Amino acid sequence: MRFDAILRVATKIFLPLVLLFGLYVQFHGDYGPGGGFQAGVIVAAGFILYGLIYGLSALTRIVPPWLVETMVPLGVAIYAGTGVAGWLTGGNFLDYSRLREDVHLAQETGVFLVELGVLITVSSTMLAIFYAFAGRDRS
Amino acid sequence: MNLVGTLNEFVGHYNQWIVIFLMVAGLYVVVARGNMIKKLIGLSLFQTSVYLLYISPGKLLGGTAPIIAEGFTVYSDPLPHVLILTAIVVGVATLALGLALVVRINEAYGTIEEDEIFSRNDQD
Amino acid sequence: MAEATIFNAEALFNMALLTGLAVLTFGIARLRNLFGVVVLASIYSFLMATVLVVLDAVDVAMTEASVGAGVSAVLLLSALHLTRMEEAKPMRSTLLPLFVAGVTGAVLVWGTLDLPDFGDPTQPIHAAGPDYLERTVPETGIANAVTSTLASYRGFDTLGETTVIFTAGIAVLVLLKRGTRRRNPKPGEGGDAL
Repeated sequence: MRFDAILRVATKIFLPLVLLFGLYVQFHGDYGPGGGFQAGVIVAAGFILYGLIYGLSALTRIVPPWLVETMVPLGVAIYAGTGVAGWLTGGNFLDYSRLREDVHLAQETGVFLVELGVLITVSSTMLAIFYAFAGRDRS
Repeated sequence: MNLVGTLNEFVGHYNQWIVIFLMVAGLYVVVARGNMIKKLIGLSLFQTSVYLLYISPGKLLGGTAPIIAEGFTVYSDPLPHVLILTAIVVGVATLALGLALVVRINEAYGTIEEDEIFSRNDQD
Repeated sequence: MAEATIFNAEALFNMALLTGLAVLTFGIARLRNLFGVVVLASIYSFLMATVLVVLDAVDVAMTEASVGAGVSAVLLLSALHLTRMEEAKPMRSTLLPLFVAGVTGAVLVWGTLDLPDFGDPTQPIHAAGPDYLERTVPETGIANAVTSTLASYRGFDTLGETTVIFTAGIAVLVLLKRGTRRRNPKPGEGGDAL
């Protein structure tokens, strides 16, 4: 697809919109349909689209493999760290109600952090899997 | 039983019957087909039937999505949605794992057909 | 209970979409060209997402549309590219699997006759759901009950699911990344990885 002008231009227009929609789905998840799982897959799908049209080397310039492989455990660490923060503030594991003074604010902070962890792990895992398949030679 | 009663019985169980059809179709593909990618697609079929099995009892006729808003009182059950939402993403991660195994098998044996792999193992 | 289910537009629309799913499943099981199978599976996922919207599971529908039709189709196609597109003819008869599937299906259908009807509000699954719906806004201030249940009430489950995704990702990297060394093997250690 190296010389297909329509696909290349359309991808350039679509990529920021897909990423914006992914962020909207992530941060609007408290009030509408959405959350870390959906947003993670949408963000990864945007990057995969770019990689399919422009080639793997162009994609690895935007998102280098080492960054992806660091983000896979980072998301789980953020999630588990939010749980540990519940311990440190005197509650149970994954108890957000003491993270801030106001209970609603504390719950929303906890949910935000947890969803962020999910977003990071899901999107980077999908990208890492795509890299692993696409970077392999045909035997 | 009158006609309306029979039809109601049909409509009331149609979801479950479709779930069962998708489930046994997935089972058939996994058992009958030798191609490993086809087997994985069969497993996915089986998996999607389970999504439907969980979600469809949570639906209430005349209800709406479980997002609390003024003017609505009937919502579908959020708990199965939570379970299935995570299961879908876990499902694609495990599908990728299965495909990675298939790619490695193809590199080792030169084929992804079950019968050919078995016959090659018997020769050794 | 529910005298007028057959005149309910939601139930009928749902039935029509489900029939489409069954027809697609038939095509997926029959077709031998794996590229065609992947395309059909993609359409199947979109149709499944529509069914989920009709069933008021919007969060799940969004996930299914992006995962099933997007990412898993890409993964299946890349695996096909690394292997082969056409499925071989089976050496054995398919009568026995067909019989096993048919008997299993018949037993399961017999079991459904005792299950509650579609949309019945008195069935046991609705025992816990209203509890989450009532508590979500007063306790967490989050309007979407799915998000509050996922991240707060059942946060432990979701931590487990995230760990499973992490583990599957690592396993794929272990399986596929190691072999890339074979392209320019060092003398003495190349090629014996498999």
